[in-house]
Amino acid sequence: MKKIIKYVITDILRNRIVLAYTACLLAISFSVFSLEDNSTKGLLSLLNIILIIVPLISIIFSAIYIYNSAEFIELLVSQPLKRKAIWISLFIGLSTSLSIAFLIGIGLPVCIYEFSVTGIMMIVIGLFLTIVFIGIAMLAALQTRDKAKGIGITILLWLYFSLLFDGLVLFLLFQFADYPLEKMMVGISALNPIDLGRILILLKMDVSALMGYTGAIFKNFFGTTAGMSVSFVILLLWIYIPVQISLRKFNKMDL
Amino acid sequence: MIVIENISKQFGKLKVLDNVSVTCDVSKCIALIGPNGSGKTTLIKSVLGMVVPDSGNIIFNRKNIQNDWQYREQIGYMPQIGRYPDNMTIGQVIDMMKDIRHNSSGFDESLIEAFSLKEMYNKRMRTLSGGTRQKVSASLAFLFDPKVLILDEPTAGLDPVSSEILKEKIFTEINKGKLVLITSHILSELDDLVSEVVYMQDGKLLFHKSIELLHKDTGENKLSKAIARVMTNSIV
Repeated sequence: MKKIIKYVITDILRNRIVLAYTACLLAISFSVFSLEDNSTKGLLSLLNIILIIVPLISIIFSAIYIYNSAEFIELLVSQPLKRKAIWISLFIGLSTSLSIAFLIGIGLPVCIYEFSVTGIMMIVIGLFLTIVFIGIAMLAALQTRDKAKGIGITILLWLYFSLLFDGLVLFLLFQFADYPLEKMMVGISALNPIDLGRILILLKMDVSALMGYTGAIFKNFFGTTAGMSVSFVILLLWIYIPVQISLRKFNKMDL
Repeated sequence: MIVIENISKQFGKLKVLDNVSVTCDVSKCIALIGPNGSGKTTLIKSVLGMVVPDSGNIIFNRKNIQNDWQYREQIGYMPQIGRYPDNMTIGQVIDMMKDIRHNSSGFDESLIEAFSLKEMYNKRMRTLSGGTRQKVSASLAFLFDPKVLILDEPTAGLDPVSSEILKEKIFTEINKGKLVLITSHILSELDDLVSEVVYMQDGKLLFHKSIELLHKDTGENKLSKAIARVMTNSIV
């Protein structure tokens, strides 16, 4: 299994997109931090990058990578290797390389300019989102053999998680404005890893006061250690469940 | 050594394998023959675990291959269309396979040398012609000195010299007492290799008999003529 991971990582490094991604993130974070004299403001600008760009790149790159590795997977499946090992190695290889890219691109500048609890939280959430979206991409890529269709699905999924979901939630909130939905919102936010990440970071930034009564409820729940642990468990589930489902599917797939 | 029991496989509405049972013993060379789309490759891929049959069992060395993977250490597989990672070189692919698949008894590099692949070691896979790809596939199949060789259209796309080299190699392996499963449409070249014939049509196994019996039943001495007779007269 280690060997397959090694080959996956060298393969990813050889096509220089991940290096370009790292360089891009580095450029963005350094420019953001040097534009603002207040590094907390810089952090807030970076937040949007983490919540939008990082999932987008993770999901699309991973889906394309899985499609392009069809030959590699086919070659490995006919060899004395466990299918599970092949699939998990692909997952670990993708996660490692994209996580390293994220750590260098965003983690390094954040540690230099704003080494605080908020900064650390942002790095952790960014890493989680990277891995969550790799898992989702791997699941989506197994649904169809058509590459264009598969990548289309991943883009729609990203749109759903980053834009549509929020729209739906706002719609619900306005429609049922007369009812006390604040507590339910805590539960609903668990259905979207990006929202969950956003709330966790915003609460650490102490801007939750801006979010009104819902913000107070969030603070009451996510601000506590128990609430935080629950949300990290949910993020872990967001990794585990898609990967597990895709693994089952891959085990039964015909090549 | 390989026992295939009543396997069936359906792709959508198309029934590719319909209740197929075959028994393959050691030190035999078995030819899988049949028209295009008769399910030969699917049968081979089921043995390799690349295709999961809908029903039925495949027993390899008295062990069911379902959820097993170690049995593949004893199989060398040469696919019909070898698909390899595009941006790897021949050398990298061969080194990777050696690295992934350890072999205690060393590697059999005779085909790599016979095809003089070493001179092309740093050519990328995407730039290779179909024939060179076939050479890489063949070299990989024989590299680990496996007990069972599964060759899907081994000589398709090879030039006469290389195809002769490959046939020579297959011949020496059969003499070493290995089980060789081979599919081919070029029946003339199977003549001197094959000891048993499995004939498939529309996903069904029509017959499985030794070559002597086939010659006797059809009254023809050449495999190509015998099969032609089977196809036209459907003598089973």
